[in-house]
Amino acid sequence: MKKIRAFIEAAGLPRVIIGGFLVLLFAVAPLAQISVARSVSDTLVRMAMNGVMVLALVPMVQSGCGLNFGLPLGIIAGLLGALLSIELDITGFAGLFFAMGVSLPFAAIFGYGYGLILNKVKGDEMMIATYVGFSSVSLMCIAWQLLPFTSPIMIWGYGGSGLRVTVSVSEHWLHVLSDFLSFQIGNFYFPTGMFLFLAFMCFLVWGFFRTKIGTAMTAVGSNPEFARASGIDVDKMRTISVVLSTMLGAIGIVVYQQSFGFLQLYTGPFYMAFPAVAALLLGGASVNKATLFNVIVGTFLYQGICTMTPSVINSLLQTDMSEMIRLIVSNGMIIYALTRKVQVKR
Amino acid sequence: MTQEPLLRMEHIGKEYFGNRVLADVNLTLQRGEILGLVGENGAGKTTLMKILFGMPVIKETGGYEGKMYLDGKEVNFDSPFDALDGGIGMVHQEFSLIPGFSTTENIMLNREFTCYSPLVELFGERLQTLNRPAMRQRAAKAIDTLGVRVDPDMLIQEMPVGHRQFTEIAREIDRESTKLLVLDEPTAVLTESEAAILVKALRKLADSGIAIIFISHRLQEILDLCDKILVLRDGMVIKEAPTKGTEIRQIASWMVGRTVEDKKQDDAVRVCLEPILRVDHLWVDMPGETVRDVSFDVCRGEIFGIGGLAGQGKLGIANGIMGLFAAGGAVTWKGKALKLNDPHGALEAGMAFVSEDRRGVGLLLDEPIDWNIAFTAMQVQGRCLKSLLGGLIQWRDDVAMASLAQEYIDALGIKCVSSRQRAVELSGGNQQKVCLAKAFAVGPELLFVAEPTRGIDVGAKKLVLDTIRETNRHKGTTVVMISSELEELRSICDRIAIVDEGRLAGMLSATASVEDFGLLMLGAGKGPEVAAGVR
Amino acid sequence: MKNKSFKDILISNAVPIIFLVLSAAAIPLSGFTTSYLIQEMVTRMGRNCFLVLSLLIPIAAGMGLNFGMVLGAMGGQIAIILVTDWNIVGMQGLLLAAMISTPISLALGWLTGEILNRAKGREMVTSFMLGFFMNGVYQFIVLYGFGMVIPVENHAMLLSRGFGIRNAINLQGVRQVLDKFLMVDIGPIHVPMAAFIVIALFCLFILWFNRTKLGQDMRAVGQDMAVAKSAGIAVDRTRIIAIIISTVLAGYGQIIFLQNIGTMNTYNAHEQAGIFAIASLLIGGATVSRATITNVFVGVMLFHLMFVVSPMAGKTLMGQAQLGEYFRVFVSYGIIALALVLHALRRRMDKERERQSLRGGDAPAPANGH
Repeated sequence: MKKIRAFIEAAGLPRVIIGGFLVLLFAVAPLAQISVARSVSDTLVRMAMNGVMVLALVPMVQSGCGLNFGLPLGIIAGLLGALLSIELDITGFAGLFFAMGVSLPFAAIFGYGYGLILNKVKGDEMMIATYVGFSSVSLMCIAWQLLPFTSPIMIWGYGGSGLRVTVSVSEHWLHVLSDFLSFQIGNFYFPTGMFLFLAFMCFLVWGFFRTKIGTAMTAVGSNPEFARASGIDVDKMRTISVVLSTMLGAIGIVVYQQSFGFLQLYTGPFYMAFPAVAALLLGGASVNKATLFNVIVGTFLYQGICTMTPSVINSLLQTDMSEMIRLIVSNGMIIYALTRKVQVKR
Repeated sequence: MTQEPLLRMEHIGKEYFGNRVLADVNLTLQRGEILGLVGENGAGKTTLMKILFGMPVIKETGGYEGKMYLDGKEVNFDSPFDALDGGIGMVHQEFSLIPGFSTTENIMLNREFTCYSPLVELFGERLQTLNRPAMRQRAAKAIDTLGVRVDPDMLIQEMPVGHRQFTEIAREIDRESTKLLVLDEPTAVLTESEAAILVKALRKLADSGIAIIFISHRLQEILDLCDKILVLRDGMVIKEAPTKGTEIRQIASWMVGRTVEDKKQDDAVRVCLEPILRVDHLWVDMPGETVRDVSFDVCRGEIFGIGGLAGQGKLGIANGIMGLFAAGGAVTWKGKALKLNDPHGALEAGMAFVSEDRRGVGLLLDEPIDWNIAFTAMQVQGRCLKSLLGGLIQWRDDVAMASLAQEYIDALGIKCVSSRQRAVELSGGNQQKVCLAKAFAVGPELLFVAEPTRGIDVGAKKLVLDTIRETNRHKGTTVVMISSELEELRSICDRIAIVDEGRLAGMLSATASVEDFGLLMLGAGKGPEVAAGVR
Repeated sequence: MKNKSFKDILISNAVPIIFLVLSAAAIPLSGFTTSYLIQEMVTRMGRNCFLVLSLLIPIAAGMGLNFGMVLGAMGGQIAIILVTDWNIVGMQGLLLAAMISTPISLALGWLTGEILNRAKGREMVTSFMLGFFMNGVYQFIVLYGFGMVIPVENHAMLLSRGFGIRNAINLQGVRQVLDKFLMVDIGPIHVPMAAFIVIALFCLFILWFNRTKLGQDMRAVGQDMAVAKSAGIAVDRTRIIAIIISTVLAGYGQIIFLQNIGTMNTYNAHEQAGIFAIASLLIGGATVSRATITNVFVGVMLFHLMFVVSPMAGKTLMGQAQLGEYFRVFVSYGIIALALVLHALRRRMDKERERQSLRGGDAPAPANGH
C-alpha cells in the first residue's frame, strides 16, 4: 500500500489515472474487435506528429514565461513556410525542408515581437499569450484572403478569391518524413522518419539547455532575481526562449502537416495550443518546470487517449464521445496545473 | 484598594524553533500611561507585541510562556480579532489601508454603519445599505480626537504618507472598546512636523485614558512623549525607567551595550594602503532601504563594516553598487569609474556580492548545489565551459562544475549529501555557505557581504565569520560587510560606517566605544566630533 | 489645466474613441440607412446588455474579467432546452427557464469560485480554461444525457439516433416573448420596452448593490485582499459570492439573448456569449480592474455597430463581405489582448510610481555635500 502511494506520489496522480485509463483501453480493445497493433501504431504516429509542438513549449516554461498559449504564432509561421513551398512547387524532402527553412525567419520575427510584449507583462503572461494567439489567428484569416498566392491547389477554384480552408500537401510532400525508413508488420506501421526527426529535435533542445545560454535561461526560470544578480540580462533570455518556442512551433506544424496531409488555414490554428499544453502537463511538467521526459511521456499518454477513446468507446457504446473526453481531459489537466501551486515562483 | 494596572505581562518568554527570542519579560501599564519600548532590531520588541496581539504565528510556533492580564483578568488571545475585541488596537509598520477607499471608508472598514432593509431577512446582514453620512460623521470625530486635519473624503492613494498614518491611528481609536494602543514605529515615515503633531495627538489620547505602547528608534520622541521606557536587549528587559531624568546617551548604551570580547590578536593596527573603492554621493532606490547621499572610501585589504538600524539604507549601498537597484552618483573602482545599474559590469570588474535575501536573490532553490556555486563564475568568467565546434558552442561542463562545487563543499564544510543535492533541502547555515562559495568562486577582489549571519544558528555564525576573515587575511580579498549586529561588525571589521536615514551618520574604528556607535545608530550623534570620520 | 483634463479624458477613453471613429468611417461605406442601423442597435442592446452587465460584479471584487460567465450561459441554455421540450410557452416558459437556470448557475458559480480561490492571481486564465473544461461536461450532458437519462418528449429536438440534442433548436415557444411583451413603436423604430425595463432593473440592482455592505466588502477585497482579511472580512467567501452572482445573472442574460434570437446554436452559443460580452465591455472603455454601467452601454453599442457594418463595409471596400466578418472576429480578440496588455502595463507603472514616492525626495540630487 505504501509502495503504491509512493509510486502515485512520484508519478503524479493525473499521470497514474490517465495511464491506467489508457492501459484499460488497450486491454478492452480486443473485445471491441479493434486491433491492438493498429491502435499502438496509430498512437505512435500521432505522438510523432505532435511531439515537436509539445517540445516547443519547453523553452518558455523553462525560462519562466509559463505555458505558451501563444503557440498559434509559431503555427502561422509554419503555415507561411508550407504555403510558400507549395506555391513554388517544391516536392519531396526539398519541399519539406524548404517549408521549415522559410518558416523559421517568420517565426523568429513573430517570436521577437511576442517576446517583447511578454516582457512587459510579467506575471500575466498566460492570459495575454492566449489572446495574442487568438488575435493573430483571426488577423491571419484576413491575410489568407488577401495574400497573392496563385497555385491552383490552394486557391478557391470557382472564382472565389483567397486561399482554401484546407490545402492538400499530397502532391508535394505528404508523408515524406513519416515514410522515411518506415516499416510495416501486419497491422503495425512505424513512422521511423518522424521519430528520428523528433529525436533529433529533442537532441537539439537538450543540447541547447546544456550550453551557457541554455543554463542561463534555466536559471532565469528558476529564480530571475538570482540570474540578474549573476549578471544575466533576464529580459533577453526570456525573449530568446520565446523566439525559440515560436520557431519550434513552426517546425512542429510542418511535421504535423506532412503526416496529416493538409494545411489547415483560417481558424485551424485557433485551439492548437491547448492539446499541446495539456500533453506537456500530463507528462508531469508544472507551470515553471518541464523536461524532455515530460514531453515524451505526456505526448504518448495524451495521444494515446485521443486515439483509443474514439475507436474503443465508439465501438463499445456505439457513440462518439472522443471530442468530449478530449476536452475534459486536456482542459481539466490545465486547470489542475493552474490551481496546484498558488503562486509561480517569481 | 490599589488600582489594578490595565495591562500586566508576567514572565513572558518565547522560543522559535529552539531559538530563544524572549525571556522573562515583565511589563505593567496603567490607564493613560505611555510606555516607550526600545531596543535594537531583533531585540524582541516585535515578538512581544505579536504575543500581546495574539498573532497566529505565535501559536503556530508553539505558543509562549508566562501570563498576560488585561484589567486584572487573565487573557490569551487566539487571534488578532480577539485582541481587538479585548480592547487592544495596533498600528503596524506597513500600512493596512485600502488605497482606493476614502479616509472615512478606511476608518470604518468592516465596521460600517448600515440601514435596515427588508431584503436582509432573505439574504443576511451583508445586504444592508451603508449609512454614509453617519460613517462620515463618526470618522470626522475620530480624526478630531487626534487633533489633526485629514479630509474624510480624500482617497488614501492621493494623500501624503503622514495622513495615511493618521488615518490608521484614527481607525484604531475609533473602536469604542480600545483601551490600549500599540504603535510600531509610527513616526518612521513622517516628517518632523508631522511627527510633532502625532506626539501631541497621542498625548491627548493618553489624557483621555487610553494607554499607549510606543515603539520608536527616535529616542528624542520617546523622551518627549513617554512616561516610562522599557529597554529590551536579546529578548530580555535590560532596564525599566521613568523618562524623567533619563538621557539619550544612557538609553543608547542600554540598548547596544554588551560585554565585548577582545578583538582577535592578529588584528594589530592595519594601515590603509590605498583606496580601492571610492563612493561619491551615491543614492540607491531600493524599497525599504533607500540610500540618499553616501560617500566613503574602502581601503585595499581591509574589512569595512557598514552598520545601522534596519531600513536606514545600509543594505541599499551594496545592492546599488552591484547594480541590483536603480542607483546614481559616482563609484570609482581601482581608479576607474564603475558603471552603475549594470550587475554584469560590477561582477566582471572583480566584485562579488552575497545578498541579504538568501532565498530570494542568493540561491536557485530548485537547482542543485553545483549549479548554485558555479553559475555566476560560468556566466561571468566562462568557467566550467567547454568550447565545441571551434568556440561556436559553449558547452556546460558538468564534471568541472561538480569538482568546483566539491572544492568549496570541502573547504567550507557544507553539510550535504552530494553536490547534486538541491539547495532548498539545506539548512540556513549551509545555504549561507553556498552563497559565500558562489561569491568566492568568482575570485573577487572586493566582496560585499550583507547580513551574513541572519537567520542561522550560533555555531554556523562563527564559521561564516571565520570564513570571511580567512578570505580577507589569506587571499587578500577586500571585504565590505553589512550587518545589523553591531557586535558582529566590531569583532571582524577594521572600520565601521554607520548609516542613518540614508546618509552616513559617522565612521568609527571598530575599537570605539559602544555608546558612540549607539548614538550614531539612533541618529542622535550628528555632532562634529564623531562625524569626523566621514569624508 | 482644462486642456490637460481634456487630454486625460481622451487618453483614458482611447479605446471607445477609436471605435467610434472606425464605425463612423464604416457606416457610409456599408450603405445602411440610419433607421435600419438604429433599429439594429436597439434590438441588439436589448438582447446583449444583460449579459454584459453580469460581468461587472467580479471586476469590482478584483477577480478580473469573468471568463467563467460561459458556465452561467450553459445553465441558461439547459433551462431553455428543458422548457422548450416541455412545451411551456410564452412568459410562463421564460420565467420557468429562469427559475430552472438559477440552481444550475448557482452550483456552477460556486464551483468556479472555489476553483478561483485556489488560483489567486491568475483568476482570468483559470476561469477561461474552466469554460473550456465545462464545455466538455456540457456536451456530455446535452449530447448524451438528454434522451438517455433526461427524458425528452419532443423528438424533433433529438438527433436522429434517438438521444442528444440537435445542433440547432427552434425556440418557438419563447421566441421574443419578452421583446413582444411591451413593444413600443417610436416612429419607425420598434423598442422592446420589457427587455429594457429588465435591464434597467438590473442597473438599479447594481447601483443598490454597490451601496450595500457586501458591495463595500467586495470592493475592499478587490483592492487589497490582505488588508480586507486583516479587517475581518471573509475574503474567500466574498469572492465566491461575487462569482455566483455573476454566473446566475449570466444565465438569465443568456435566456434573454436566446428568446430574442429565437433559435439556439446548441453547442456554440455559450462560447460566443462569453467572448462577445467581454469584448463589448472592454470596447466600452472598461479595464480589467474597473468597469461601470456606462462602459456596458457604450461598449455594447459600439461593438454591435461594428458588428453590423463591418461585413458590408468590407464588401464595399474589398469586394468581400467575408473580410469584414474576419475583421470583426479579429477585433473581438484583439481588443481583449490589448486591454489585458494595457492593464498589465498600467499595473507595472503604478508599482513604479509607488516606488518613486518612496524614494527620498532629495535622492537623485547629489547636492548638499559633506
